[in-house]
Amino acid sequence: MTEPLVTMDGVGRVFGGGKTLFGKPLPAVHAVQDVSLQVGQGETLGIVGESGCGKSTLARMLVGLDTPTGGTIRLGDTDLVAEGRRDPARLARRAQYVFQDPIASLNPRKTIRTILEAPLRHLVGLSGDAREARLEALMAQVNLAPEFLDRYPHEFSGGQAQRIGIARALAPDPALLVLDEPVSALDVSVQAQVLNLLSDLKARLGLTYVFISHDLSVVETVCDRVAVMYFGRVVEVGPVDAIFNRPRHPYTRLLLDSVPVPGRKPNVPEDANTELPDPYDPPPGCAFRARCPWAVARCATDRPALDAGPHAAACWEAPPPEAA
Amino acid sequence: MAVASAPPKARRTTPWSLLARNQLAVAGLAVVVAVCLIALAAPILPLADPDATAPANRLLPPGTPGHPLGTDALGRDLMSRLIWGARVSIAVGLSATLIAAFFGSLIGLVAGYAGGRVDNWLMRGIDMVMAFPYILLALAIVAVLGPGLLNALYAIAIVNVPFFARNIRGITLGLARREFVDAARLSGKGHARIVLTEVLPNVLPVIVITMSTTVGWMILETAGLSFLGLGAQPPQADLGSMLGEGRRVLFTDPHVSIVPGLAILVLVMGINLLGDGIRDVLDPRLKSGALSRPVARTAVLRGAAPEAPAHPGAVLELQGLETQFHVGGSVYRAVGGVDLHLQPGECVGLVGESGSGKSVTAMSVMGLVPTPPGRIAGGAAWLEGTDMFAMTDEDVRLRRGRDVAHVFQDPLGTLHPLYTVGDQIVEAIQAHAPLPRRDAEAKARDLLALVRIPNPGERMAAYPHELSGGMRQRVCIAMALANDPKVLIADEPTTALDVTVQAQVLTLMDRLRRDRDSAILFITHDFGVVSAICDRVAVMYAGRIVETGPTEAVLAAPAHPYTDRLIACVPVLGDPDRRLDAIEGRPPVVNALPRGCAFADRCPRVRDDCRAADIALIDRGNGRAVRCLFPVDAPETGHD
Repeated sequence: MTEPLVTMDGVGRVFGGGKTLFGKPLPAVHAVQDVSLQVGQGETLGIVGESGCGKSTLARMLVGLDTPTGGTIRLGDTDLVAEGRRDPARLARRAQYVFQDPIASLNPRKTIRTILEAPLRHLVGLSGDAREARLEALMAQVNLAPEFLDRYPHEFSGGQAQRIGIARALAPDPALLVLDEPVSALDVSVQAQVLNLLSDLKARLGLTYVFISHDLSVVETVCDRVAVMYFGRVVEVGPVDAIFNRPRHPYTRLLLDSVPVPGRKPNVPEDANTELPDPYDPPPGCAFRARCPWAVARCATDRPALDAGPHAAACWEAPPPEAA
Repeated sequence: MAVASAPPKARRTTPWSLLARNQLAVAGLAVVVAVCLIALAAPILPLADPDATAPANRLLPPGTPGHPLGTDALGRDLMSRLIWGARVSIAVGLSATLIAAFFGSLIGLVAGYAGGRVDNWLMRGIDMVMAFPYILLALAIVAVLGPGLLNALYAIAIVNVPFFARNIRGITLGLARREFVDAARLSGKGHARIVLTEVLPNVLPVIVITMSTTVGWMILETAGLSFLGLGAQPPQADLGSMLGEGRRVLFTDPHVSIVPGLAILVLVMGINLLGDGIRDVLDPRLKSGALSRPVARTAVLRGAAPEAPAHPGAVLELQGLETQFHVGGSVYRAVGGVDLHLQPGECVGLVGESGSGKSVTAMSVMGLVPTPPGRIAGGAAWLEGTDMFAMTDEDVRLRRGRDVAHVFQDPLGTLHPLYTVGDQIVEAIQAHAPLPRRDAEAKARDLLALVRIPNPGERMAAYPHELSGGMRQRVCIAMALANDPKVLIADEPTTALDVTVQAQVLTLMDRLRRDRDSAILFITHDFGVVSAICDRVAVMYAGRIVETGPTEAVLAAPAHPYTDRLIACVPVLGDPDRRLDAIEGRPPVVNALPRGCAFADRCPRVRDDCRAADIALIDRGNGRAVRCLFPVDAPETGHD
């Protein structure tokens, strides 16, 4: 890995909690717990996991849309959380976000021009001809004709709207782009257009991506390294080919076996009777124990931590990583 | 990658033309405009002094020369007082509305956007204002400030602030958590700027609606306070005080109170009709046609119907199905001639992108496409040899859920949130089989066990929100299986589910159809899912089937260029280095389909012949067929 651009250390986010007026404690959900990850300059880190595993919460914390309740996040050599609180515009110049639902992320009552001008005006401070020139350059970067600037969001298809979302994120020339399921709301034929555009832009502009997705085949195609999240924690992290070809954590294996692949008959990896853990009442020990084919007595009491090394897994029974 | 060019701009209907279509609103507008013009023109009209008393002329009846509406108890000209009074009433009503709208909307915007503690404090304050009956509160405010028109105006404005605050806060609450607000934050906008430039434009129609429906009410309230002597002070005229003065001579000279009474009626009626018209124009829910109720079954308006099924052994066969939507002046040919058949126990995949017509095809079978605007314009749906489109509504209703059952994409939207899943399955059973409650419950338990829900007895009492997404979809499948349907139509049943749950649900459906010999029509956009469960596959594009055949054969060697490109543009697990070949462009809109092949504009193999004439589905043997003149596996040149 190259020099890290983002360093997360023990990041956690608790929703709820506190007490009612009469001192009764309110239930709390630990959406993200003790996540320590690094994103290298110029790499694409994929974060995969099922719904509710905390991947979107983590992504929002990386751009200051949400604040962690524990741990630290550093962007380069600044404290991202403190900067997001002190001067959000400064953070927004360096870290931007692409939303899952392209249409919902564009204000229905504004033209594309107004939407794209906002970051140029408030973050970059461009005006007049310089702003106009930058607008056209942005549209060209995402392969849209400049006529589109005076249209309203509802006149666009999902793929075009997502390109506008990408153009807006690129406007302040950020170093980090957090992509939250950028293609899952799109039709399959359009997905490829947007994925190809993202990989072009990365090469051309030297961007660093954090790519959130539940679609493993997309992640395998676009990412350099992958972190697998389960129940708010990272259970396995490593280079993409190691994760996909030599998974160490049983949950990663389960995910990979569950993906339907054209031309492959499904092998049912899991008994249907298993239940997911209750987020309000997390089990002691390993959260995956109830679904795990390898579970041993120790898993019920002690929670495994991520082991060391470039391909780390949080499992007592994980096989040692193979030398790549 | 080619630069996408802008499509032609669609002509939009303006709010004015919509309003002009509503005759009542136009009448209201005419009344309001007329009243306002007369009131505005009061200083230049040849009117008597409204406050000049003339005891000699007291209580003259209407029609007296010089006093067309008569005079009141002090001999003042009623016509003049009415016009000057209307001027005051309208001005007070409007100002009160504007003040209430400004402060109410401000409170609502701040409370809804800030949320949490700020929201709590502001709204509890509003609740306190609402805890008093409005007239009592207005009286109390006037009592503190002293009587007078201006104080009455403040009182009415304050009393109506909660109405605006609550309305606007509700809308803002939803908007403030939308993604575009997050996006504006990341564009460097501060909170005040976001509220004013992002949220307010979206709330504005609601403010206008609320104002337009409140003005009339405010005028009434002003009149009420003046009637009680707390508003306009003598000798100033307003409609309420005129009414109050007329009350003393109500029985001897009714015209003194009838004239202002009628004026209030006409004015408020006009404003309310106009207000309702404005609401109908601006309210997005009404615009989307929520007021037009679809009929029980899709209208069938076809010319010549097919005479007999082409596949006699099939349990369900669609023959030349055409479903259209007639919206405004244009016809959307969502399904343009689909032929499809299912053998007993067979699973057929219907693959396509959004807008390809795959869901409309499925909904047409049981007449579930909403009419208006949908209609079946041609073809037949043979269910074991009987044409469903020729049946009576009652016959179709009896077959829904009994012979053909549906499983939809979103299980939470399909299940009723207020009934336990047990009750809902029992209802599905009893709708078609006259079983006593206890037997139906036993059967429901068996069904839940069949779809492998752990602890079925206990889960019968669970509400949908208490189950996970995968469990909910199993309940939906159990409901669909309640009456042993011959055909199960599954519309993207696993798209909303996580991969591990999807794998379980697919396995479950595969086992059920083998055990029970039900045919499945499986709608999806995912070739991986097709590969997992379907025997045959049909690919749809722009409302027609472009390729069909056994799943393995089609996936291994797609013949239609669209199928080929669709498979090539999806990343496949275990093959990360494959180049993703995106399909450029967009599918044609189904209200303006091109001549010939609908895929021609995006096709790399297109020739002039493709655009010349309609292309038939060409049989290629081994159960395969393709709607293409130059299929992918044929040599590039020299067809024929």
